[in-house]
Amino acid sequence: MQCPKCHAAMHTYNRNSVQIEQCSGCRGIFLDYGELEALTRLESQWAQQAPPAPQAYPAAPAPAAPAWGAPHHGGHHGHHRQRSFGRMLFSS
Amino acid sequence: MRRTAAFGRSAGELTGHRAFALGRAADRVHALAASRATPPDTLHDVTASVVRALAAVARDAAHLSTPGGGPCQACGALSARDGETLANRPDGTVVRHGSAVAKAHAPGTDPVAHRTRLAVAAHPALAGVLLPPLPHPPDGPAQARPVSAWPYGAPVDPGDPDAAPWEDAAVLLARLHRIAPAGLTGLPGPLPPMRGPAKAAAAMARLEAAAADHPAAPDVRRAWARLPAWARGQSPPPAHGRVRRSALCHGDLHLGQLVRHPTPDGPWLLIDVDDLGLGDPAWDLARPAAWFAAGLLPPEIWQRFLGAYTAANGPAVTRADDPWPQLDVPAKALTVQTAALALAKSAAEGRQPDEVERAVLEACTRIGTQPPELEFETPS
Repeated sequence: MQCPKCHAAMHTYNRNSVQIEQCSGCRGIFLDYGELEALTRLESQWAQQAPPAPQAYPAAPAPAAPAWGAPHHGGHHGHHRQRSFGRMLFSS
Repeated sequence: MRRTAAFGRSAGELTGHRAFALGRAADRVHALAASRATPPDTLHDVTASVVRALAAVARDAAHLSTPGGGPCQACGALSARDGETLANRPDGTVVRHGSAVAKAHAPGTDPVAHRTRLAVAAHPALAGVLLPPLPHPPDGPAQARPVSAWPYGAPVDPGDPDAAPWEDAAVLLARLHRIAPAGLTGLPGPLPPMRGPAKAAAAMARLEAAAADHPAAPDVRRAWARLPAWARGQSPPPAHGRVRRSALCHGDLHLGQLVRHPTPDGPWLLIDVDDLGLGDPAWDLARPAAWFAAGLLPPEIWQRFLGAYTAANGPAVTRADDPWPQLDVPAKALTVQTAALALAKSAAEGRQPDEVERAVLEACTRIGTQPPELEFETPS
């Protein structure tokens, strides 16, 4: 299963007999129908919310990115930025 | 085959006469390096001497020459002391003369590992992947800087990084990673470990030496501390888990590590084997991955690079649409390494980090504050 938010793979974990999917990229958690209620009933410590419902997918999906990735790409293409990144591309 | 033929021709040209000249020039480098108990004010002079000696090595490797100096018979006006310095850093000085370059490697380089890495570059199995060395000078004293000689290749134009051969780089890496290490017979020593994690640790040491008090340093340290020990160069990589396999890795991929040989239109080859060795092949994808994650490398270029790698059956990632299970740790390590060096360099230049460096520092902040993974049970 792929994360609806960042498209990375989701891994299944079992906690208190409830199946939880966690995204390997953004670490978001996906709960199936009834699972949140099950967890609440079990008075577990979970305070995290399920990720938002899937939005409309972009026509050309962006490449998968890690959770610690920049919130958005590009936008700045100033001369200095290009020159500085150019240096970074060529250095150890 | 083309490479083997070219290498054979070079070896055939190395007469006893030239081998002698090569050895003499190399001895000068060794002698200079051995006398490096050098006060800072004479460091420049010593560096200049190393560059002159390397120019002689490169000259000797490129042309027939007169032992002991004199004008270069092939280039006329150029004397033994003339050479174009391509790089001059503490960990590597590179001087070009005509069709050859000579490199003085970092002081303290492990001599057996160094010779093994050169032998890998010269191995027929790596033909078309790694630039092969020219016959290298005899080994010097144990504490010297080893010297190697290489054909000159045309680099990527630094003024036009958009034209960089991303796909070629990816295919070369895939081919490198698919080499069976056990098939590399006849090497002078065991394949050393890939030095990627060691380089990341060295970058952190530079940060602590040059910019420990910078306000951004704590975030870099926090991101570093969250990396597993193997990615910090403090333990061997685990044999299982996210490190899927041990492959032959380049260890320091960036756009300066690609040349066309022969110039100007030959195929692209990887150069600089100083960090080559066995390790997690994802490390070689991790620098572009870190640039992409920091928002610096456009997503479409990252897609081209990764797509070419997986299309060439590169083994570092299991899925092209989700490479992050394998890339996550190495890309974080390269992010920390880049950020640490950015702080050290900007401090040395007496300036604040620029916009690009800040993007990498911000990625470190996110790494250091990322919620922990659910690790209480093995994912299914």
